[in-house]
Amino acid sequence: MNRFGYTRAGDVAEAVHAAAGDDAAQFIAGGTNLVDLMKERIAAPSRLIDITRLPLRAVKSLPDGGLEIGALVSNSDVAYHPEVASRYPLLSQAILAGASPQLRNMASTGGNLLQRTRCYYFYDAALPCNKRAPGSGCPARDGVNRIHAILGASEHCIAVHPSDMCVALAALAATVHVTGPAGARAIEFAEFHRLPGDAPERDTTLQPGELVTAVALPREGFAAHSTYLKVRDRHSYAFALVSVAVGLRMVDGTIAEARLALGGVAHKPWRDPTAEALLRGQRPDDALFAAVGEHLVRDARGCGHNDFKIALVRRAVVRALQQAVAGGPRA
Amino acid sequence: MLPGMGDDTCAITLKVNGSTLRLQVAPWTTLLDLLRERLGLTGSKKGCDHGQCGACTVLVDGVRINSCLSLAVMRDGASVTTIEGLAEGDALHPLQQSFIEHDAFQCGYCTPGQLCSAVGLIAEGHAHSEDDIRELMSGNLCRCGAYPNIVAAIGQAMRPRRDA
Repeated sequence: MNRFGYTRAGDVAEAVHAAAGDDAAQFIAGGTNLVDLMKERIAAPSRLIDITRLPLRAVKSLPDGGLEIGALVSNSDVAYHPEVASRYPLLSQAILAGASPQLRNMASTGGNLLQRTRCYYFYDAALPCNKRAPGSGCPARDGVNRIHAILGASEHCIAVHPSDMCVALAALAATVHVTGPAGARAIEFAEFHRLPGDAPERDTTLQPGELVTAVALPREGFAAHSTYLKVRDRHSYAFALVSVAVGLRMVDGTIAEARLALGGVAHKPWRDPTAEALLRGQRPDDALFAAVGEHLVRDARGCGHNDFKIALVRRAVVRALQQAVAGGPRA
Repeated sequence: MLPGMGDDTCAITLKVNGSTLRLQVAPWTTLLDLLRERLGLTGSKKGCDHGQCGACTVLVDGVRINSCLSLAVMRDGASVTTIEGLAEGDALHPLQQSFIEHDAFQCGYCTPGQLCSAVGLIAEGHAHSEDDIRELMSGNLCRCGAYPNIVAAIGQAMRPRRDA
C-alpha cells in the first residue's frame, strides 16, 4: 500500500469538508474493495477519510411507505433486516448471493454501490487498461474476456459491474442520496452507474467529493413475486456470469407491473424498460418470457469468450420470470 | 478529528482477547499485520491477503470479518477475538473440541480462520441445516478438502450436547 493520510470524520459535513479540494482523497467504510485495490496499487489515495463513525447506520421507514437504508448499514444487516427480508426479498436474496459472510459483515451499502469491476486487466497494473490508466488501451477486447460485457460496452472498455445488490436495487428503482460540496441531492438508481463510453475511468455519476449517505427503496417491493437468479462458475462465493433480478406485481393472474434487471452483462446493472413493457398486462407464458429474453439481447455483442452469455441471458430470463411468477426462487 | 494523531501514526485502543492495549499504528497497517507482526498472535493466517481465503478471519465486536482487509486504525475502540482467545484456559472452546472429534482439518493452516468463522456463524444464527453451514462457511477455503468434517464439526457444536 502507498503511504496516505488518515482522517476520521465525525459527521457528514466534516467528511465532505475533509474531501473538498483533494481529488486524490477517498472515503473509506468497509474497505473490502478499496483496501484490496490499494494492496494491488490500483488505488493510491492521498488520504483516507474514515466515515465509519458517521450516523448513517439506520434502516427507517419513509413517509411515502418506502424504506431508507443508511449508507453504513452492512450488507449482512440489510439482507437480514426483517423489513427488508419480508418486504424486499429480492434485495435480501441478491445480497446473500454475493461475496462471503465475512465480507458482507464488513461491506457497507454505500461501498457496495461503489465497488469496482473485477476485470482481470483492470487488476493487473502491468497491463494497459482504459479504466485504470485512461488512454492506455483495453487488452480485454482481444484477450481473455469470458467474464466481460455483452451489452452497452464501448471500444474503450468491456468491463462489467460486479455487484449483485445493485442489480436488485436497479429492479426496485431505488434512489441514491448523496451529499457533496454543493449540498445534498438524490440520484435515480438507473442514473447512478454509467456506461463506459469514452470515459471508462468513471463508474458513476457522482461528482468529486460527493458522499453516498443513504439508499431509499420505494414502497413497492414486489414481495409476492420476485427472484434473484445468479448463474456462476461455483455454487457460492463467485461473481455472476449472468444474473437476473425480477419483480412482478400480479393481479388476477395477469402481470400488472414488471421490473427486470440484469447483472454480469454490462458496465452497470442493465435495466430495459421496453422489455418490462412487453410483460405488462400479459398473462405469464413461456413463449412471452422467451420473447422478453430475446428482446433483452437484441443489441448484445460478444467478444469471443463471452459469446455464451447471450444465450445464457435468454435462458436465465425465462427461468427467473418463471420463478417470480411462482413466488420466488424456492417456490 | 482523531486526537493523538501524528504525521505517520495514530494512537488507538484495542481490546485483544480480553486485554486492553494502547497502540501506535501507521494508518496502512492492517489488523492482520498488527495481530501477527506486532502482537505476536500468529494464529490468524495470511493466506491470500485479499479477502478470498478466509484464513485471516477474526471476530471484531463478536462479528466475523477478514482482518487482512481491515485497517487497524479504523478499529480503534473495538474488541478483537482471535483463535488464541477462544479457549478458556485449558478448556477448549466447544468448536475446537468438535473439530478435534471430527478430524476437521489436515494441515491446519485454515483452521484458525475456520474456527473464528464458525463462532461467528453460530452467533449470527442463520444456519439451520448442513446446506446452510456449507453456504455460510463459503468464505473459508480449505485446500486439504476437509470440508465434510468441518461441516459435521460445526453441526455438532450447534446442537446442544446431551451429556452437558
